[in-house]
Amino acid sequence: MGSNDSKEAAREIVVPGELLAISSKRAGPGTYSEGGKIYAAQLGIKSVRPDSISVVPLSGQYMPIRGDLVVGKIIGVGSSNWLVDINSPYPSPLHVNEVPWRVEFGETRKFMSVGDIVLLKIVGVDEIKRVSVSMQDHGLRKLTGGMVVELSPSKVPRVIGKNGSMIQTLKTMTGCRIYVGQNGRIWIDGELDNMVLAVKAIEMIEDEAHNLGLTEKITRFLEQNKVAGV
Amino acid sequence: MGGAPTDLKLIDERGLRLDGRRPDEMRPLKIEAGVLNKADGSAFVEWGMNKVMAAVYGPRECHPRHLQNTERALVQCHYNMASFSVEDRKRPGPDRRSHEISKIISEALTHVVFTEYFPRTSIDVYIEVLQANAGTRCAGLTAASVALADAGVPMRDLVASVAAGKVANTIVLDLGKEEDNFGQADIPVGYVPRTDEVVLLQMDGDLTREEFEKGLHMAVGACKKVYEVQRDALKRRYSARAEGQGEGA
Repeated sequence: MGSNDSKEAAREIVVPGELLAISSKRAGPGTYSEGGKIYAAQLGIKSVRPDSISVVPLSGQYMPIRGDLVVGKIIGVGSSNWLVDINSPYPSPLHVNEVPWRVEFGETRKFMSVGDIVLLKIVGVDEIKRVSVSMQDHGLRKLTGGMVVELSPSKVPRVIGKNGSMIQTLKTMTGCRIYVGQNGRIWIDGELDNMVLAVKAIEMIEDEAHNLGLTEKITRFLEQNKVAGV
Repeated sequence: MGGAPTDLKLIDERGLRLDGRRPDEMRPLKIEAGVLNKADGSAFVEWGMNKVMAAVYGPRECHPRHLQNTERALVQCHYNMASFSVEDRKRPGPDRRSHEISKIISEALTHVVFTEYFPRTSIDVYIEVLQANAGTRCAGLTAASVALADAGVPMRDLVASVAAGKVANTIVLDLGKEEDNFGQADIPVGYVPRTDEVVLLQMDGDLTREEFEKGLHMAVGACKKVYEVQRDALKRRYSARAEGQGEGA
């Protein structure tokens, strides 16, 4: 993971309104430009790329983006749709045409009811943030059993790790099935002891998301606390 | 308002105030960010004998629905004084004064938040005054903007706030309780340092134009110091991290 760390060696925490650069670079996410100067818009870590400057936020709500994989919770059932909470300020309707089953009008309740957990994809977000989601893609489905943990959506990339290194470590060392939604919800299923271990590891990642060498630390933690038989 | 003890000297012979401050001196200010686990963002401010807590929730779905704006988020501030925050028990619940303060703080914060990023939502800011000793609206606004930044809400800048006023015919900074009660004027100022804008300005009492301008300049200068304390509080939250934050149910 040396290559990963060297890039992030100079981690600078910035505060809203802080001047990041006077340049013609593009103002990336978490920043804004005014009069040729780029300022931070969010509390986060400054990140300088060859063509743009951005701030990686340390906290904040999940904002749905087209193409994101999310773990949703059914919070309402209509006669031709379900209302899904995707852990953002905007609950989104899941229409019967967007599920992999053939559902007769008014029979939605036979398939999913309030409290069910689903794996969905965001298929569209319009300018007033109306979100449409779909369950019609491979791997998308209703999630039965297991448990869901929530963490700050800004820390999801750390749970996944560079090219999925962190999530791969978690999966192989705990033997659990894990789905990480971009919305900060993580679904875990496996042996109880292993699930507990996975949750502890995720909590560790959340607490130390801004530190360096996290994957190594988590690997060490999992090895020390490994449950026999995995 | 009458009632002033006749022998009360707000400024002594050496030109010092009741608590020994010079006219242009602020009370000691301490800010801590991220003090509440359940809130999206929070801050605690100790400013002299004021103790103020601010919590931010959101952006979240706006209720009641008729307040929703399809183009931007609503910044809704709720200022409240605890019944035990003052010497005589304060009758709990919203009153004329807290409505006014909630409104002006909401307006000051709306000015810096990128509300257009979150259409149809509301960003709720709760300010709880635990101990009051004059200047709680400034302390509340200062705490609220730190809490907003802590919640990850995109903002143009932080808002810093201090009051100036006139006491015993002298323009002074950051009035204490006796100075506020028995002084001649009070000007709370909310200031955005980066753009040099004033987003909150009130005046209670009478001042000449010169006195007002002197007070405003004094407050704006002090806001820059408050701003540094705010930035420091936010940076400290992540550089020296408090351990032992358990996950909620």
